[in-house]
Amino acid sequence: MSLDLLTYLFIGGSFALYIGIAIWARAGSTKEFYVAGGGVPPIANGMATAADWMSAASFISLAGLISFVGRDGSAYLMGWTGGYVLLALLLAPYLRKFGKFTVPDFVGDRYGSSTARIIAVVCTIVISFTYVAGQMRGVGIVFSRYLHVDINTGVIVGMAIVFFYAVLGGMKGITYTQVAQYCVLILAFTVPAFFLSAQITGHFLPQFGLGATLESGQSVLATLDQLSVDLGFSQYTSGKKSTIDIFFLTVALMCGTAGLPHVIVRFFTVPRVKDARTTGGYALIFIALLYTAVPGVAGFGRVNLIQEVNGPQNTGTAYAEMPSWFKNWENAGLLAWNDRNGDGIVQYAAGAAFDAKKGKPAFIDERGEHGQRMTSNAKTDASFDAAKQPFANEVYVDRDIMVLANPEIAQLPGWVIALVAAGAVAAALSTAAGLLLVISTAISHDLMKKTINPNISDKQELMYARLAAVVAICIAGYFGINPPGFVAQVVALAFGIACASVFPTLMLGIFYKRMNTQGAIAGMLVGLVSTVGYMWYFVFGGGNSADYFMGISPGGFGTVGMILHFIVALVVAQMTPPPSEEMQRIVEDLRIPRGAGVAHDH
Amino acid sequence: MSISPEQAQAYWKENLRIIYTYLAVWFVASYGCGILFVEQLDAIQFFGFPLGFWFGQQGSIFVFVVLIWMYVASMNKLDEKYDVHE
Repeated sequence: MSLDLLTYLFIGGSFALYIGIAIWARAGSTKEFYVAGGGVPPIANGMATAADWMSAASFISLAGLISFVGRDGSAYLMGWTGGYVLLALLLAPYLRKFGKFTVPDFVGDRYGSSTARIIAVVCTIVISFTYVAGQMRGVGIVFSRYLHVDINTGVIVGMAIVFFYAVLGGMKGITYTQVAQYCVLILAFTVPAFFLSAQITGHFLPQFGLGATLESGQSVLATLDQLSVDLGFSQYTSGKKSTIDIFFLTVALMCGTAGLPHVIVRFFTVPRVKDARTTGGYALIFIALLYTAVPGVAGFGRVNLIQEVNGPQNTGTAYAEMPSWFKNWENAGLLAWNDRNGDGIVQYAAGAAFDAKKGKPAFIDERGEHGQRMTSNAKTDASFDAAKQPFANEVYVDRDIMVLANPEIAQLPGWVIALVAAGAVAAALSTAAGLLLVISTAISHDLMKKTINPNISDKQELMYARLAAVVAICIAGYFGINPPGFVAQVVALAFGIACASVFPTLMLGIFYKRMNTQGAIAGMLVGLVSTVGYMWYFVFGGGNSADYFMGISPGGFGTVGMILHFIVALVVAQMTPPPSEEMQRIVEDLRIPRGAGVAHDH
Repeated sequence: MSISPEQAQAYWKENLRIIYTYLAVWFVASYGCGILFVEQLDAIQFFGFPLGFWFGQQGSIFVFVVLIWMYVASMNKLDEKYDVHE
């Protein structure tokens, strides 16, 4: 069976499954639409949380990132898993006991202020939209690579599918589709990882394989270190970033994870406080299955790539003899070759082969003498520092290739490649749906029902929720087709806002009875403004890295924003009257699990 | 809501102690072993990994998983003890 047919079969089959589930799990009330009726079993909820959480970035980009930065990638691995410890210990049980539908709902009711609620709504919507744009784009990219359709067609197909189950089923539909999507994506990630690990090290599990010894008698990591240094890269197992920068980045990612509205809302769907804690446990197990395999995939992929391109002698391979994957991905624009020394041999080392930010090639519609794609920004001189590396780098490698092309580089069977395509789509769709739901809920529940017109009926509110979901899907699709040129920074912004604004205000609301409206509003604003301002200045405002505050890069500044938030909120709260006796009693009550409200079964 | 205010306070105190204990482990496993003392730990080899690198990329995640489940068990026991379970 041809690869195209297999891919259509896998993706088509998975879509049919999602639609089937959506029809089975239609939502009839706002409670079903917002929190799936509040009756999801923790293990299913854990899977749904994992699928919700693991986006196109986790599936496609994370292994690639680690592959190229080595040790410094630890910040992402720890940050994106350690946040669940904070969620399970500090937020989830108490928020569940409070018994609301959304994050702005908690903020608005706890601090008794519609200003606070609206700030939380703004944070929620900004975080979710910045995040969702990348997902739609991810779906489009997978479609164009594997099914040879236009990226825009891919985005539209993705929109249609999400539309179907998010608008029809609400949280209920999304939850059960996410369970299916988790199964697809975890198989799609781990199966190639097993193959790869077994092929290179003889160990089935990539978690062990990365430490294994190769035929040469050296361990995989030692081989990577040596290959990297020989080619002028920095050592794989040592970091380049300063300790303080990594520290702050990790804190920002952890607290940001704990403050993401689409993740928090998943903890509202379980029947009991106890189940909210257990959900955190299950979710992290399911996430860890993928995350602990990532460093293996990153390491093996890197070794494979270097050895395939540079050959066994580490001198390069003639372009004419390059395996077919190289040319396939060159055609897809993720690889490029610039024959700087004119010898017809492809050589890979440190440094940029093309004259642009991050060495990205600008392809033109021409082929060179060996049949390679030509670019308008190829570097012409072939000079290099012979003390550091054996030759000048001639290759551009996009980081995303590590997961997408790995199965081809390792010559795995066609069905594995088709599975990877279906998995990438599942990862993107599940996250997109969760985000869209949060956006629509924030609008229909927190804006319409709680702020603008409290008199609307449940039916009307449900209609607004569906309407808001439709609008949100259209906006997300627009960003998928016309992506802003700064996707990576935008995701850092989402985590920064969640870390500096949402997370501290929830913490204070639960753990500090005396926290009042004024303190909360001041804190959220300070966190939001300082973080957004800092990122804006360094991303768009022309600030350069020499001016970083204490050497902290914009991605880690959310931590500073969080500290400012805590200080300002506490100081302002001391200077203003305490919250009402009634509110203090409610806070005491949310600390006791019993009486979380009877769950609705469905 | 049959629990007395004194009982509720005692429950909350023990709850906080459990949280502090587990967060201390959480901090040591990730920020301690994976970031702050990573260079010292890297001198130790652990199943083919430099130990600090292992903590940063694998070990801390395993610790997190175990931590949450231990916390779940501790809290279930505490809820029973104070009779506030559901």
